[in-house]
Amino acid sequence: MRKVKIYVTLRESVLDPQGSAVMGSLHKMGYGEVEDLRIGKYMELIVGDSERDIDALVTEMCNRLLTNTVIEDYRYDVEEVVSS
Amino acid sequence: MKFAVIVFPGSNCDLDMLHAINDELGEQAEYVRYDATDLSAYDGILLPGGFSYGDYLRAGAIARFSGVMDEVRKAADAGKPVLGVCNGFQILTEAGLLPGVLLRNKDLKFVCKTVTLNVENADTLFTNQYSEGQEIRIPVAHGEGNYYCDDETYAHLEANNQIVFTYGDDFNGSRSNIAGIINERGNVLGMMPHPERAVSDLIGGSDGLALFKSIVKQWRESNVSHA
Repeated sequence: MRKVKIYVTLRESVLDPQGSAVMGSLHKMGYGEVEDLRIGKYMELIVGDSERDIDALVTEMCNRLLTNTVIEDYRYDVEEVVSS
Repeated sequence: MKFAVIVFPGSNCDLDMLHAINDELGEQAEYVRYDATDLSAYDGILLPGGFSYGDYLRAGAIARFSGVMDEVRKAADAGKPVLGVCNGFQILTEAGLLPGVLLRNKDLKFVCKTVTLNVENADTLFTNQYSEGQEIRIPVAHGEGNYYCDDETYAHLEANNQIVFTYGDDFNGSRSNIAGIINERGNVLGMMPHPERAVSDLIGGSDGLALFKSIVKQWRESNVSHA
């Protein structure tokens, strides 16, 4: 089994009104040092044994459903999970 | 003319759409489930608004993999009119039947009000009963209607006259105030405003009715010429 950690972020060119609102709040709270804040998504998948290549599998799932590549970028890490 | 109103889990404007067609337009519409496997009996496909699959992941992202979407794609490929309103528009972009994507409104607010739209292209099967430049009043009700596309896509949309409706005022951050776009072939329209909620003066306005009349007119004419 493997644990796949996927980090989805908005592309640089896409405005993030949610991130801007949260940054504005931080500024009001006195954290003026914060220069940019962008909000993304984090997903964890547990993937059972498969004959398919894990990178090909994750990339395909990301491109088809998990992200919209018009507005989002993603990266991921794969960890082996030792089942007890 | 016979329309299919596609009902996804979480659709909530399906009855409005059915009412607009059956009671105000005087044509025939039926509900068709998200797992239907055949749309060949229908002349037009309507994807209503709502929150299909709770808008989980991204609005429209899960609905686009519903079984019926293969059939919607087939209908689009066959040249049948396909109209996606609000969540229906979001589903069409996720499915790749229309370019771009609908982001969260710039002010993060769900906006529910009647707005003025400009008819940018009156030479489509959805807008032939309007005139170019006409201002119409249509309700909007969305939290994610901020149309986004990259520069290349935008240039393409402009060059092909695919921008059909724009907002009179910017209230959600959409690129160039885009409210509705059509595919290159001209038979798939996606729009955030709700024409099906503007089909009777009794409920505040009837500017949306001409959109449905346009579809019927085009359909009648093309069927006569084929006969």
